[in-house]
Amino acid sequence: MIIKQLSVFLENKTGRINEVTSVLGNAGINLSAFSMAENAEFGILRVIVSDPDKAYKLLKDNHFGVTLTEVVCLNCPNTPGALSKALHYLSKAGVFIEYMYAFSSGDVAHVVIRPNDINMCIDILRKHSLELMAAHQLYQL
Amino acid sequence: MIWNETMECMKREDMRKLQGIRLKQTVERVYHNTPFYRKKMQEIGITPNDINSIDDIVKLPFTTKQDLRDNYPFGLFAVPMSEIVRLHASSGTTGRPTVVGYTRQDLVTWAESVARCLSAYGTDKNDIFHVSYGYGLFTGGMGLHYGVENLGATVIPMSSGNTAKQIQLMRDFGPTALACTPSYALYLADAIQDSGIPREEFKLRVGIFGAEPWTENMRREIESKLGIKAYDIYGLSEVMGPGVAHECEYQHGAHISEDHFYPEIIDPKTLEPLAPGESGELVFTTITKEGLPLLRYRTKDLCSLIYEPCPCGRTTVRMTRITGRSDDMLIIRGVNVFPSQVESVILEMQEFEPHYMLIVDRKNNLDTLEVLVEVRPECYSDEITRMVELKKKIAHRLQSVLGIAANVKLVEPRSLERSQGKAKRVIDNRNIQ
Repeated sequence: MIIKQLSVFLENKTGRINEVTSVLGNAGINLSAFSMAENAEFGILRVIVSDPDKAYKLLKDNHFGVTLTEVVCLNCPNTPGALSKALHYLSKAGVFIEYMYAFSSGDVAHVVIRPNDINMCIDILRKHSLELMAAHQLYQL
Repeated sequence: MIWNETMECMKREDMRKLQGIRLKQTVERVYHNTPFYRKKMQEIGITPNDINSIDDIVKLPFTTKQDLRDNYPFGLFAVPMSEIVRLHASSGTTGRPTVVGYTRQDLVTWAESVARCLSAYGTDKNDIFHVSYGYGLFTGGMGLHYGVENLGATVIPMSSGNTAKQIQLMRDFGPTALACTPSYALYLADAIQDSGIPREEFKLRVGIFGAEPWTENMRREIESKLGIKAYDIYGLSEVMGPGVAHECEYQHGAHISEDHFYPEIIDPKTLEPLAPGESGELVFTTITKEGLPLLRYRTKDLCSLIYEPCPCGRTTVRMTRITGRSDDMLIIRGVNVFPSQVESVILEMQEFEPHYMLIVDRKNNLDTLEVLVEVRPECYSDEITRMVELKKKIAHRLQSVLGIAANVKLVEPRSLERSQGKAKRVIDNRNIQ
C-alpha cells in the first residue's frame, strides 16, 4: 500500500528538470506520475517511477538532492464529491495532508497523498472501504 | 582651518621627540599594568629601559586582533574597570566581539582627533551635522557625535536606517554636513532623487565618509549626486574609532594624528618595517591611550605613508587610500565580516555540508551578501516548508553572528567547489579598487 515517491531538490535553473528525466530515461526508468512544487528560489520535483530504489541510487550517484518519501495512492470514482468524502474522513480523524496531486483515467481518479501519519491515513481509508492502489500497480502505470 | 596647530604643524624632529617620550610612557604603563604585554616583552628579553626614542619601536612585539580575542573581554585593559567610562565592540570571527574600553581622558583624545578631522574639512561651530553612522557598540556614531560637539557645531544623532525619516529631517533641520558610510551616501542620494524633493531644499555642503573602502569614482558620484564635497575619514575601533586619520582640502592622502597614533608600514609576511613610501601593512601604536593601549597593532589594511610636507601646512604623515587587506576580512555595509564566521555557523549546524560561497555585491549602492550553502543529502525534504525553515534557521544564525543580514541560497549537492588547497570562498563583485 505504501508507495515510494522520489523527491528531488532542484535550483531554479533552466534545464534542470530535464537533467533528471534524462538520467532516468537513459536508465530505462519510466515515470508514472509527478508534480512540481516551487518557490522563488528552488523547486522540489515529486515523482513516482517504475523502479524507485534504482532511480534513487542513480540520482544520488549523479549528485541530486534526492529523498525517498512514503505516500499512498487513493483510487476513487471519477465523480463529483468522491474525493470530498475521502478527505472528510481523513480530516475528521485528524490526518493532516502535507500535499497531494492527482490524475484521472476514465472512471477512476488516482490521488497521491502525502499525509503526516501514513499508517493512520491507510487505516482510516481502509476502514471506510476506500480503494488504495498497490505500489507495484502504480509503478507500472 | 587647523584645529590644533601646535600638534598638527609641529616640526618633524619635535614630533619624533614627543612620540619617543609618549612611547616610553606607554610601554612602562603596559609593562606594569598588562600581564599580556609584560609576558610578551619578557619572552623577547626587553624591558621599558630598552625604549628610549621612537626608533626603538621596532624592538616591540606586535599585537593582533587574535590577541584581543584571546583576552576577551577586558584582558588587555591597562587600567582598573573603575577608570573605564565607555565600552565599544566590533564583530569577531568566532562570535566573540573585539571589545575596546575608554577612560575619560581617552574620550577627550578621541573627540580632539575627530574635531581635527572636521576642522580640516572646512566645517566649524556654525555647521549642523547629520550623523547617520550607527549609534551603539559600533564606534562610528558616537565617535563622530562627540567630535562634532567638541567642534562646537550642532549634531543630529540620526543613527542608521529609516531612510525616509533621514530625508525628512535632512530637509527640515537643514544639516550642512553628512556623516555616514560612502555606500549609504549613494543610497541616500538616490532616495532623495526618488523622493522628488528638489536639491535646493537641502543645505548639505560637506560629506564625511568612512568605515569602508571607497574609490575616487565613488567620491565623484557622491559629490555630483548630492552637490557636496566628500572627504575620507579613517579609523578603527581597536586604535580609537573614526578620526585616526583625515583628509585635508588637498585630498592627497589622510593626515594621521600621529601625536596619538604612531603609524608604521611593515611587510605582512616578514613583519619587517618597510622604507618610507613603500606599500605594506599599516601598523599603529597608541602612544597616549590609557584604557586599551596597543603596541604595534596590525590593522591588516594595506597602504603606504607619505612623509613629504603637505601644502595645507600640516606636517603630520599621511596615509594613502587602503588598497586591500592582508587577511580575508570583508567590509560589508561598514561591518567587518570574515569568511571563517560563516564557516563556524555552518559547522555547528548538522544540516549543512562544510562548504559555502559568499557573494558580495553592490546593488543600488548598498552592499549585499549572499551565502550559498549545500544541504546534507539526508536532510533534504520533500516539503517546501521544511526547506524554507532550514533556510530561515541558518539565515537567522548568520545574522546574529555576522551582525548583518545575509541572503541565504540553498544549492544542490556538489555544486560548490571542492578543492584540495585553499578553496575560493568569496566572490566580491563590488569593484571598489
